[in-house]
Amino acid sequence: MDIAVYGIVNSISLALVALGFALVYGISRLPNFAHGALYVTAGFLVWSFLRALALNYVLSIVISVLITGIIGSLIYRAILIRIRGMAISEIVASYAIGLAIIEAFRFWGFKGMTYTLPSFTKKTIVIGDVPVDGHRVLVVVLGVLVMGSLWAFTHYTKMGLALRGMAQDERAAMMLGIDSDFVALFAMGLGSALAGISAVLLLPLGNIVVEKGYDVLIQALAVCIVGGLGSWAGAIMGAFIIGFAQIIATAYLGAKFQMVVSLLAILFVLILKPSGLFGRQKELEERV
Amino acid sequence: MLDAQNLMVFYENMLALNNVTVLCKRGQIVGVFGANSAGKSTMMYTLSGIILDMKKKEEMAGGERITLLGKVVYKGEDISRLKPSLRAKRGLILCPERRRIFIESTVMENLLIGGYLATPKQRKETIDYVFFVYPALRKLSKRIGGFLSGGEQQMLAIGRALMAQPELLLLDEPLMGLSPLIQKVLVTSTRDIRDQRGITILITEQYARPVLPIVDYAYILENGSSVLEGTGQELLSNPDVRSAYFGV
Repeated sequence: MDIAVYGIVNSISLALVALGFALVYGISRLPNFAHGALYVTAGFLVWSFLRALALNYVLSIVISVLITGIIGSLIYRAILIRIRGMAISEIVASYAIGLAIIEAFRFWGFKGMTYTLPSFTKKTIVIGDVPVDGHRVLVVVLGVLVMGSLWAFTHYTKMGLALRGMAQDERAAMMLGIDSDFVALFAMGLGSALAGISAVLLLPLGNIVVEKGYDVLIQALAVCIVGGLGSWAGAIMGAFIIGFAQIIATAYLGAKFQMVVSLLAILFVLILKPSGLFGRQKELEERV
Repeated sequence: MLDAQNLMVFYENMLALNNVTVLCKRGQIVGVFGANSAGKSTMMYTLSGIILDMKKKEEMAGGERITLLGKVVYKGEDISRLKPSLRAKRGLILCPERRRIFIESTVMENLLIGGYLATPKQRKETIDYVFFVYPALRKLSKRIGGFLSGGEQQMLAIGRALMAQPELLLLDEPLMGLSPLIQKVLVTSTRDIRDQRGITILITEQYARPVLPIVDYAYILENGSSVLEGTGQELLSNPDVRSAYFGV
């Protein structure tokens, strides 16, 4: 029972972390290796607004998520747009940017265990016979809400449909008057804001430490590779597979195996089915 | 409407288009015929601006060098340096070769994505019109694009282009690989679209015969050069053309 409950909590957390990465890659084929850095940035932003400037919690969250989104689009506009289409350069450049951001935080003294965010609620809820703290339940509820609104956005709004059009065939989208540079910029902003949202939801469960940036990137990568790069539904399925695998490994082997599971998952999927378990288009092509 | 003057396109040292001039008057259907690799698609990419994107991507990746010469004048404005989305905004829409519909989205979503430039009112009206011209699509509106047959996909591709509110519609090989029956439906609908919506159409094909009855003027491309031009009748009466392109 605890495996089921904590498995779901863990899976939704992973899905949240990976969604931004999957979105940006799906739309503009841009592997955003600065994803983890943006996650940490959002965490420190909230902390700064909350503690240093003593703003209201909700307000600091909203501002931080927006700023993270803007930082993401600025990174795209200033640097990544110049190397679009060259996969290796994109990885190296975005990873370098992420590294610079994370290490800059360390340099400015944001290190150690002193940075925490308050959890949203202090209540504890008992599901079946497993006590779960209220914040984790909220993470699941809000996580599902975020994914639901993202789904609705990409299915029912003009901009969302343009995102999906461009994800499938960039040039065909251009021919219909969709400005690919603008859409890619928007996608990067949205993906970064999603990194921010996941940071805001998940960081109150622990400390804000710069090393989280690397962890988050690896988790997001693992989820996306298992689910199939570029497939949004695949990312969510991948999150559930890895999420449950991690909890099971923790229960039977010990907590230190969490990261090992993600890394092994990357290895096995790349060896056995490189397009991912739910890789896009492949399946369609086979069926037609 | 469209006046493309002395277009030349090089891929590295390969001359893909050689000094081609194409004129399209408002309300006309103009045909461009030629065999494989005659430069039809390159011409379409040049007119719609996609070639600029290809050029940019190739330059960034250090790949093939694409050189463009000549001028594209559309509605009295030189659009040679305009990027594709801005040309589309001015009503110049390309319905590309091999259809390139969004195969993971449903028919309705394909049309809605096509309606990116349209106002909500135009979008609704155009969807009704697309289903009026291609009744086959109406029943399929919830079907995933990749599961449609070739003919249905082509109808969807044209419908999607119509959603973008074109004034000049570029149709690149719409009949390729389709049965004579579907070809006939598409040719008739092309004329209807011109007659009912006043859209100027530039259409390319390998085989002129199915399209010839509806074109007002036609060009023949050979190895990147425009070798002949004239009205449909004029071309038909030329014996060389008859044997080479019309199969009669």
